Amino acid sequence: MATVSIRGVHKRYDDFHAVKGVSLEIKDKEFVVLVGPSGCGKTTTLRMVAGLETITEGNILIGDTVVNELPPMDRDIAMVFQNYALYPHMSVYDNMAFGLKMRKFDKAEIKRRVAEAADILGIKDHLHRKPRQLSGGQRQRVALGRAIVRNPQVFLFDEPLSNLDAKLRVQMRVELKKLHQRLGTTAVYVTHDQVEAMTLGDRVVVMKDGLIQQVGEPLELYNNPANKYVGGFIGSPAMNFADVTIAQNGSGLMASNSAMNIAVPEHLAAPLGAHVGKPATFGIRPEDLRLSDGSEPAHQTFEAVVEVAEQLGSEILLDVSCGPSSMVASVDPTVRVKPGEKIRLAFNPKRAHFFDGKTEMAVRG
Amino acid sequence: MIEGAIWRRWVFFYIPLALFLIFLLFPFYWMLITTFRPDGELYRPWRAANYTPFWTWNPTLDHIKYLFRETMFATWLWNTMFIAMASTIISLICGVLAGYALARLNFPFAGSLGTGIFITYLVPQTLLFIPLSEIIRNYKLGDTPWSLILTYPTFLIPFCTWLMMGYFKAVPKELEECARIDGASRWQAMLYIIIPVAIPGILSAGIFAFTLSWNEFIYALVFLSSPEQKTVPVGVVSELIRGDVFFWGPLMAGALLGSIPVAIAYSFFVEHYVSGLTGSVKG
Repeated sequence: MATVSIRGVHKRYDDFHAVKGVSLEIKDKEFVVLVGPSGCGKTTTLRMVAGLETITEGNILIGDTVVNELPPMDRDIAMVFQNYALYPHMSVYDNMAFGLKMRKFDKAEIKRRVAEAADILGIKDHLHRKPRQLSGGQRQRVALGRAIVRNPQVFLFDEPLSNLDAKLRVQMRVELKKLHQRLGTTAVYVTHDQVEAMTLGDRVVVMKDGLIQQVGEPLELYNNPANKYVGGFIGSPAMNFADVTIAQNGSGLMASNSAMNIAVPEHLAAPLGAHVGKPATFGIRPEDLRLSDGSEPAHQTFEAVVEVAEQLGSEILLDVSCGPSSMVASVDPTVRVKPGEKIRLAFNPKRAHFFDGKTEMAVRG
Repeated sequence: MIEGAIWRRWVFFYIPLALFLIFLLFPFYWMLITTFRPDGELYRPWRAANYTPFWTWNPTLDHIKYLFRETMFATWLWNTMFIAMASTIISLICGVLAGYALARLNFPFAGSLGTGIFITYLVPQTLLFIPLSEIIRNYKLGDTPWSLILTYPTFLIPFCTWLMMGYFKAVPKELEECARIDGASRWQAMLYIIIPVAIPGILSAGIFAFTLSWNEFIYALVFLSSPEQKTVPVGVVSELIRGDVFFWGPLMAGALLGSIPVAIAYSFFVEHYVSGLTGSVKG
């Protein structure tokens, strides 16, 4: 087990700057998820930790050792690939034993470790089979087994669940989490799926365009996104945004555009003071919107037109248009509205977010 | 399969297929029938009343006996086998290593080097044998099997390299990366993972290389002169066509016996060979 330190790491290809100065300290036994859209540099970062890509600039340490120049085999890591990368000509047993054989473990020890891993993963009965005779989920387990038999310092996962169907993915996600709780090995996990990131990660790293946008515990990212991008990326359905202009109104601040005129919540009034007369983005999550019952002050509500109502059983998702912006509101399942109907939505002022119009950074109280 | 009435299936499938088969197999049939036909029938004028071109009532092994007793056919067979095996092995080793390097190691100009190698394959042998014969003479290799073992790779290596390059590119590179993380060096990863996975490709390249060198004619004709050094294609032609006299029986017997090893090689590896051409590796 070990810490992983990524310090000011860059990766440049001939004409492409894939990773632009990433720094991250991963604690011992921590499960860290790198998440972001394709091309954000998350996989490249992981591959640099693995030693499969050279590091253009900066340092990567595993434990106390700078590993920049170490070949993958000497880093004491194990990696699970998206396409499993099982050796097609070897049986499941040989696939799992390969790493141990390469490291000259004695036969009895190899047998013991493979049996133990196969037991944990429930693939004891398939050890003599070839990978092509296995289902997707079983192949995934073999790939995991190959990683855990070596008992490495760090696990690296490169989108390991994206080749599975939706149901199996949820199931394997839970198993991965259990496995980590049981083994306690430091893990770095790359995915483009924010649900996977939120459910698996002790900490989540949101990346975009080769830069870290925010690092934090899942709920921290959810409740306090550092910028508009993180706000929109984490959470499903995504956070609603409306471009507004901030104006002084007596002692308070108002945020308005052609369709809404809302009061800036008190805790944000001071930091937003500097933005008077400037554009900003108002952000609110679908579950922080509700149908107004008339009891709220008028400047905590705004008018919207229902476009589609999606019945999910436990809630109804209302796709509404509010002037220039489209929004989604998650409302009580008892609400009955028709497309085209004009409604008033109230928002929870404590959970409203404002982002700078230019830098898109969150304005925080 | 052709849908609809039975006559459609015959007209559009079976009959064209049959014509195609006849067209392809007739030369082999002719070779076979001529091998076993006695000389008396062979040289009968086609207008003769008892002229039976497509079969014989008096099959004989005379031509085959003649081949082994009066010519050095057994030696030629052995020469051809030795030369084809040796040049195939040399070409496969070079082709596998070069193909791997071109497909996997990112070095400058890898792409253009790959194309360059393919272009050397396109240089016609009929041009190349002139400078090559100069080299062979300078190294005093003329009239030895080595003159062919060392020159056949000039066209076999580009061919094998190109074929293996394509095959290696189809092998997911994660397999190798995973092996290297598992603790294998690049050599070990190649030896234990990549080459076993690429066996179908290596077999196809090997069969092709073997066939090409088995059938090769012009280099063998130019570089070998004494009868005991000759290969089957050259030996049969140069020793059984004397002046304007064609010894059709032994000629065809030689051709028949000469094509059997190739046929065996093909049928033995046909399954691997087909999967090598379609190149399917699944993770």
